[in-house]
Amino acid sequence: MKQAEFLRTVLPFKDKLYRLAKRLLVSNEEAEDATQEVLMKLWSKKSKIEAYNNVEAFAMTMTKNYCLDKLKSKQAGNLKLVHSNYKDENTSLQREVELKDSVSFVHEIMEQLPEQQKIIIQLRDVEQYDFDEIAKVVNMNPTAIRVALSRARKYIRQELTKKHNYGVS
Amino acid sequence: MELANIEKLIEKYFEATATVQEEQQLQTYFSQEQVAPHLQEYQPMFQYFTNLKAEKSTRNVPLQPRRKNYLKWISVAAVFVLTIGLFVNEWDKQQEAEEAEKAFKDFKMAMSLVSENLNTGASHINYLTQFEETTNKIFRTGNN
Repeated sequence: MKQAEFLRTVLPFKDKLYRLAKRLLVSNEEAEDATQEVLMKLWSKKSKIEAYNNVEAFAMTMTKNYCLDKLKSKQAGNLKLVHSNYKDENTSLQREVELKDSVSFVHEIMEQLPEQQKIIIQLRDVEQYDFDEIAKVVNMNPTAIRVALSRARKYIRQELTKKHNYGVS
Repeated sequence: MELANIEKLIEKYFEATATVQEEQQLQTYFSQEQVAPHLQEYQPMFQYFTNLKAEKSTRNVPLQPRRKNYLKWISVAAVFVLTIGLFVNEWDKQQEAEEAEKAFKDFKMAMSLVSENLNTGASHINYLTQFEETTNKIFRTGNN
């Protein structure tokens, strides 16, 4: 497999790898490192790539494993960057500030989720994978994924409502 | 899209029974400005996911590990060749020295042979001087 061909297969999902890595590792730099690492590994295994029928799912799994390993090692323990440059939406200023605030609050809630649920939420709500594709990455059966997903979403809702009602009730 | 439908979708969304398309509908609904007041509490969540989609990796991946590998192996081969070369050279020198020694021995033997023969030749010369002496005697007596 030539370099150009490799890039053509890899580039469409490079950002997905990056986003998944970022969800788990939080810091931009670490996520970039993880993405690079995974792609290099893929490149070194390029002769076998054709044998995999789903390179994307394979790469996602590699990213997931890499990130979980990273998290387990103490290296990641002392690094924490919070990313907060969200795009502005064209709502009124008051609402915008409020929304921005709540959006970064969602980020905080997401951080509290267990890794498995983070991965599933990321794959489903951001990358819009279907359950079968998620199953390949996280190695769970679709029903378990559905339960975990529902639980994670409800948790986010619950925390948001808590905040919403704070000071009201 | 009608509100009732959205509400139904939200319910399905939290049970995780909505399809990907239905979830996409929800995301487009919540990314617009007018959201029904009682649904506004869900907006940050969907907004957050929409924002996440825009994140992009900015680093390019350098894909030259193969050339580096090449260089490594070339240097290994070079060192190998160099060692072999030195070894062969040394061995060659030693061989040469041995050959020279053998040649010297041969030469020495040949020379000693020559000198031996020469010596026996030279010892015969004594007879010649004897002959000369006797002839001289004869001639001297003849003259006298």
